[in-house]
Amino acid sequence: MPAGEEGLTGTLTPSLYLSPACGGGKSGGGDCQGRTNSASHVFEIFGIPSQALFSMLLLGAINGAFYAMMSLGLALIFGMLNIINFTHGAQYMMGAFAAWMLLNYAGMSYWAALILAPIAVAFSGLVLERLFLRHLYHLDHLYGFLLTFGVSLLIEGALREQYGVSGQPFQVPESLRGGVNVGFMFLPNYRLWVISASLTVCLAIWYVIERTRLGSYLRAGTENPVLVQAFGINIRRMITLTYMLGVGLAAFAGVLAAPIYQVSSIMGANIIPIIFAVVVIGGMGSIMGSIVTGFVLGLIEAFTKLIWPEASAVVIFVVMVAILLVRPQGLFGVRG
Amino acid sequence: MRHSAALGFALAILLAGPAQAQTAGGGVKIGVINDQSSIYADLSGMGGVEAARMAIEDFGGKALGKPIEMVTADHQNKPDVATSIVSKWYDVDNVDAVFDVPNSSVMLAVQEIARKAKKLVVVSTGATSDFTGKACSPFGIHWTYDTYAVAYGTGKVIVEQGGDTWFFITVDYAFGHALERDTSAFVKSAGGKVLGALRHPFPNQDFSTYLVQAQASKAKIIGLANAGSDVINTIKQAAEFGIARPGSGQRLAGLLLFDSDIHSLGLPTAQGIVMTTGFYWDFNDETRAFSKRFFERRKAMPTMVQAGVYSAVQHYLKAVQALGSKDSLAVASKMKEMPINDFFAKNGRIREDGRMVHDMYLAQVKTPAESKYPWDYLNILKVIPGNEAFRPLSESECPLVKKG
Repeated sequence: MPAGEEGLTGTLTPSLYLSPACGGGKSGGGDCQGRTNSASHVFEIFGIPSQALFSMLLLGAINGAFYAMMSLGLALIFGMLNIINFTHGAQYMMGAFAAWMLLNYAGMSYWAALILAPIAVAFSGLVLERLFLRHLYHLDHLYGFLLTFGVSLLIEGALREQYGVSGQPFQVPESLRGGVNVGFMFLPNYRLWVISASLTVCLAIWYVIERTRLGSYLRAGTENPVLVQAFGINIRRMITLTYMLGVGLAAFAGVLAAPIYQVSSIMGANIIPIIFAVVVIGGMGSIMGSIVTGFVLGLIEAFTKLIWPEASAVVIFVVMVAILLVRPQGLFGVRG
Repeated sequence: MRHSAALGFALAILLAGPAQAQTAGGGVKIGVINDQSSIYADLSGMGGVEAARMAIEDFGGKALGKPIEMVTADHQNKPDVATSIVSKWYDVDNVDAVFDVPNSSVMLAVQEIARKAKKLVVVSTGATSDFTGKACSPFGIHWTYDTYAVAYGTGKVIVEQGGDTWFFITVDYAFGHALERDTSAFVKSAGGKVLGALRHPFPNQDFSTYLVQAQASKAKIIGLANAGSDVINTIKQAAEFGIARPGSGQRLAGLLLFDSDIHSLGLPTAQGIVMTTGFYWDFNDETRAFSKRFFERRKAMPTMVQAGVYSAVQHYLKAVQALGSKDSLAVASKMKEMPINDFFAKNGRIREDGRMVHDMYLAQVKTPAESKYPWDYLNILKVIPGNEAFRPLSESECPLVKKG
């Protein structure tokens, strides 16, 4: 049993039920106290207790953070490379696995893995791009899509063969255990970290692309690569770097996800359909569009979980169909 | 061009993985269909296939003087994929009996195909007690456990210990519904109350929204009517949110857990869970002997359903051999006539509704300190006699059961 040693509880006495303690009660015993007991402040919105509504929305925003990071990477790659990167889910999973391996085989800390795992996966993206993808830029989208789909099946199959599907345990890092009482719910510190890390990274990337010289090259390269090359800019290197950035983002999301979900070969396959829907809704190639759509769909999904949980798996696709009918280029997309 | 890309993206969402099967002719032919790629692949999957292969090898590889053949397939938890594969097996490939069949939706669909094809289906991983209840068939046998038996084992004990208000987090398909229903029945008959239930899509990743609502219900017990990666993620995220921690007045109850789930969660997170199982690898010398052989091949100890596949295939082959024929109905009645005595079951017997009745075990997950060697996970608290663990025939909705 790898990695089970430093567990969540440690001091638990077995009772006749399952009794997991809250996220590691070492830091002063103060964590985990934050139970919602502010019943006097409860009021109702649409017949739903405010407490439930606020907690759903907050949790939805956290899920949205993953959607935003993932779809941002996809949109970047599509904008620059004209490739529908179906490997994205597998690369998200590789990020989580790389972090798990760094922790368990190399004994690194979560923070080191958070930096190193995305870099490692980005370099695997470099190999993929140099060896295969670059031959497909001028072809129909279908070719790139089929290639990346095949690659993701290979990667997921190989890891499934080796590690199964139940997943490897991955503990929340010591410094982020416990949580805070935000008034209407107990919010684990780790989820707070996920949403702030994701927002920071997303906005930083938006800033670089929309507001810096490097970003202007990138945008120009998307519009007219030949002209940009004529100005002496190495467009091929830029394409490769963009792919690495998109892939690295997926892997970064994967590392963030590792302590929340089990690290398993199927975690990418579970999230990828949603991410594609987010990109379709937001509009391909739109940076801010992907970020905003990611968060908004997280919220919509959470709200559905509250009022009609059975439908939460399809609501995103219902939205997608509606948007495609009304605005085929997506909410933020420009007509091509 | 952007439009065609939108279409490409949309198409991407619809794509699914492949399925396969090998075929050949003559002799006894069995099929093993299960989930080899999705969330139940560890608890059943290739381990179930390996168990069937071992059963055939141990039987000598031959029945009725001809080599025994085996075909296998991955149904990806999709009833439509499963039904098309199994229909072809029965009708075109001359498969005589199909084994394992995880996923309650799939098992109910396969039950109907088997009934029409007049071929046998022997379920090990599938859970719903409706299989031998209102959906029962003379061609269907349910081997390892069912939702009634795990609800009886775990649900009843918890209510008896004072866990009398329940809130369910239930996977939204036949399995979850049956498990929630069977557990609720025990809760209510013991004087407890069910405060609510939430149905989550299958499969699901984020359970925090459900857990927070379950917590707000103030129910003493949050019953987890889901399985595989779903229940693993629920337990893990409950720990993250500090839900059901000691002293909170709330507890989680995992209603269906497998050794593979505990292995994945790790003892620090899983310790203390009470569960009901049809088999434990470390129960006695016989179970250990089989399990160690299995471990050599799979690098994991067998789950109860993988052990069940071995036992079921062996019993089927013994019945065919004893009868000298593979006629489905005759084999089924021979299987029902012969008691099951192997490492898996002692004096097990198959009732007229197709239910294989054998002892079940109430167990508790060990603490990390109690665990002395790899896969040393469970303390067996109690052996539940078979005739107590499974739904009595007097309460059966099965039309095959003659009421006196």
